[in-house]
Amino acid sequence: MSPVLQGLLTIIIGVGGCVGYFYASNLILDKVIFPAKGPQAGQNINRANKVRPWLFLFPAMFALGLYLVYPVVGSFYRSLFNRAGNEFVGLGNYADLLAEDAFRTAVFNNMLWVLVVPAMATFLGLLVAQLTDRLAWGNFAKSLIFMPMAISFVGASLIWKFVYSANPDIGIINAIRATFGMDALDPLQVPFWNNFFLMLILVWIQTGFAMVILSAALRGIPEETIEAAIIDGANPFQVFFQIKVPQIMGTIVVVWTTITILVLKVFDIVYTMTGGNFETEILPSYMMDFMFRDDGRATAVAFVIMVLVLPVMIWNIAQARKEMR
Amino acid sequence: MDNIAGQNQGGKIAVNITVIILVLLWLLPTIGLFVSSFRERDQISNSGWWQAPFAVDLNFGARVAADGARQEGDLYVLEGNLFDDPSVAESFPDGGGTLSAFGTRSVAPTEFTPGTATELRRGGTLTVEADGSFRLESAEPIERGPTIYFAARTPPSFTLLNYDTVLNANGMDRAFINTLTVTIPATIIPILIAAFAAYALAWMDFPGRGLLIAAVVGLLVVPLQLALVPLLKLHTDIGIGQSFLGIWLAHTGFGLPLAVYLLRNYMVGLPRDIIEGAKVDGATDFQIFTKIILPLSFPALASFAIFQFLWTWNDLLVAKVFLPSGAESQVMTVKIADDLLGSRGGDWGILATAAFVSIAVPLIVFFTMQRYLVRGLLAGSVK
Repeated sequence: MSPVLQGLLTIIIGVGGCVGYFYASNLILDKVIFPAKGPQAGQNINRANKVRPWLFLFPAMFALGLYLVYPVVGSFYRSLFNRAGNEFVGLGNYADLLAEDAFRTAVFNNMLWVLVVPAMATFLGLLVAQLTDRLAWGNFAKSLIFMPMAISFVGASLIWKFVYSANPDIGIINAIRATFGMDALDPLQVPFWNNFFLMLILVWIQTGFAMVILSAALRGIPEETIEAAIIDGANPFQVFFQIKVPQIMGTIVVVWTTITILVLKVFDIVYTMTGGNFETEILPSYMMDFMFRDDGRATAVAFVIMVLVLPVMIWNIAQARKEMR
Repeated sequence: MDNIAGQNQGGKIAVNITVIILVLLWLLPTIGLFVSSFRERDQISNSGWWQAPFAVDLNFGARVAADGARQEGDLYVLEGNLFDDPSVAESFPDGGGTLSAFGTRSVAPTEFTPGTATELRRGGTLTVEADGSFRLESAEPIERGPTIYFAARTPPSFTLLNYDTVLNANGMDRAFINTLTVTIPATIIPILIAAFAAYALAWMDFPGRGLLIAAVVGLLVVPLQLALVPLLKLHTDIGIGQSFLGIWLAHTGFGLPLAVYLLRNYMVGLPRDIIEGAKVDGATDFQIFTKIILPLSFPALASFAIFQFLWTWNDLLVAKVFLPSGAESQVMTVKIADDLLGSRGGDWGILATAAFVSIAVPLIVFFTMQRYLVRGLLAGSVK
């Protein structure tokens, strides 16, 4: 059976199955288990309404549990075993990782990514949001800067491969260097700095995201506060940094953490651009080096990523709980 | 409040210029890829894409045939025009061009200016004019024609050849269909599951609701990497293995937290009166959901659908792990990253075209549905 047909069939079975499940389970609940008639009608309706939320929730909870909760435990458990998975090695995989230079490089580079990418993307996003705020063609400019969001990391990497190419007739960076009489060089092989050239790609993608959200936040600032500041003689910079930025600080933090989480997961860029060579390895790409080869190591690296994400996760949950009250 | 961004005219101009520069910087890389996809491999490595719309000096080498040689007195003479060479003529659709320099050795293709006479190493004197006509005089019979190198102003030329190769000969067509096959079920199924759960979390009262919402928020950030090894093993154990079914299930699971979160945030904001009114009129929860909530939530459903579509279309990691690595089930991202970049690393034209084919659909979706995308982003992050 061709995959296309198989796909269509899956859509029909999946969608039909979902609708069927929800419809049938509600029907059974109302008509068979707790029928709203007879001497216990009122009680039955109440009982049915207690059960119903769980009917609605069950498929989502099942999928979430299987695909996201179980892996946290499963990965940790697997990381305690050796490569073949038949011998318990305790924290041996983690000890091996710590002893390895490549792992330390990956952690160091990842720290750089986490520090630089969210900061630059948020800053540039805020800058564009502010600059385009009162511009007649602001929405057009914003949609162009937002565009890279739609491009895959692989596609973006290829786009930037053209920019970074060592051939001055392909790479615009080397073309510019050539006009100043400088020798061609491969930016991706310059130790240490090549990390920043790779980060630039993610900044290019994420600035649009930061811009869209911060732009909406800027619009939400009460005009009176700005008017009052201007009447008091504040210059545009003071208005921006002392009136506007403090008021959207909450949103800035949300944008910042969202991008931070993303940075910890993106492996495509390093994988496509350098394959982790020239000291550009980061944890997600480092993990893929072990995927299909040594599951014990791979899961150990994945769990290290999880530990790095944990503070943000806790903070997010705390925020969400605060909002619900 | 026009005086906030720039208090005076000068400020306004500065803002305009800054934004123009930023937008150009942002667009430049993509334009480069787009232009390159219409150029042949040789053109790409001979002149930058930014020169593509202009005529540029390109170097050519023409191997002159010796069969037109004739005798004039003591001398053997070979005459002709460089632009008649079929391999050269391809680049000059107007039938001819203007030489800026010529040479007789491949290491120095632009040694002499047109019109000068130069001694050949094998004997004889060569003169090449700016219009491409050349004259070779030799005391010996001319048995082999020389190869003449020259630089000439070449008109811009674009080709659809790369697209032809990529779409027909390269397996990219198969990858395109595979990507669609992965994407569509992986977008539709989570929406449905998430919508019901979001309704329960937004409008039904039950113990533990707050806890579940917090759990969804927490799961939003769980790194995908954790799921790869345990789930691949699970899929293999229950017989799904690496297959399309496996990747649909995986994408469904990974997309659910965002779906539930976005949809719940939206549904909570729907007017309470409508829902309570319907309840008073005797509607069941199932009816309220299908007849009232779903139609009203269309914007949120659309924005999640776009997210999930872009994410599954652009994904490399999940496809690498949950799909078999053979050509018959490769999606475009895997095809480009593992196949084209590896084996055809030198063919920039094919790379550019393949990349452009893979980002064309998301770009169309993006520009036509941007409104919903922005709305979804805002619902997800700002209250």
